[in-house]
Amino acid sequence: MSATRPTSWTVRVREAGVRALPPEKLLPDGQPTYVASWIYVFGVASIASLVVIVASGSILALKGPAWWHYTGVGHFFNSIHLWAVLLFFFAMVVHLWGKYWMAAWRGGRTRVWITGAVTFLVAVPTALTGYVSQQNFDAQWIATQAKDAMNSVGVGAFFNLTNFGQMYSYHVLLLPAAVIGLVAAHVLLVRRHGVVPPIDVRRRLAPVPSTEPRESSHAGDATSAEVRS
Amino acid sequence: MSLPIAAVFNLNHPAHVVHWHFFQMSVANVVVIVTMFVVFALAIALPFPGAAKRRRGDIS
Repeated sequence: MSATRPTSWTVRVREAGVRALPPEKLLPDGQPTYVASWIYVFGVASIASLVVIVASGSILALKGPAWWHYTGVGHFFNSIHLWAVLLFFFAMVVHLWGKYWMAAWRGGRTRVWITGAVTFLVAVPTALTGYVSQQNFDAQWIATQAKDAMNSVGVGAFFNLTNFGQMYSYHVLLLPAAVIGLVAAHVLLVRRHGVVPPIDVRRRLAPVPSTEPRESSHAGDATSAEVRS
Repeated sequence: MSLPIAAVFNLNHPAHVVHWHFFQMSVANVVVIVTMFVVFALAIALPFPGAAKRRRGDIS
């Protein structure tokens, strides 16, 4: 048997996947001490809210508008969907603020930060297309007002707020798929690169106060192992 | 059918609005945004349960 590179694409994909994210990184035994912070609770709360949003939205899609408008149980699931969205944005924005002030893009974590920030940007139209998918006068009012904004920036022909079929497709398929994909990528990137250390972690852990000039912006280079208790 | 909660929060009226020069926002949105700032400050300031023990190495 030769030691040449395998030709099978499945083997190459598997090996590349394991190289990028080995099992001990994907499902680690523990996290660094600085991960014990409320800011990460809000990140997890965002994911929990997203699960409730998708579950309640799937039930609404199965039953249809007459159910969510005219039955008690339908109203209940409609409200669960709405309040889960509000909690999702609440938790996600608190998490985003926290990570912004922690400069979470340090130490080669640019993609971690970008996937998180873009998730927020994609979640906004996901929610707005939900408002115009309600099938009531509220939805009609919002759609006819918002179409003027789309027309004014020249995208009305491609994103037509008064086209219910298009808005509903965006709301229940395209945009949720993008949000879920971005969240999955975000979590996997966090696993790959590790949670960003506090900005002054090196100085804090130094056994003897250093007389050297302080490093400018490389605190993010500290590895998780350095600060793991 | 009226729910008991409806008696607490009467929503059968136009939204109350905070209006100051160019700034205009419903009271409900102002309340949510202020709550987010408060929760964010608490999330930064409050110690996480068990965090001090972890730092001392008492627990892994």
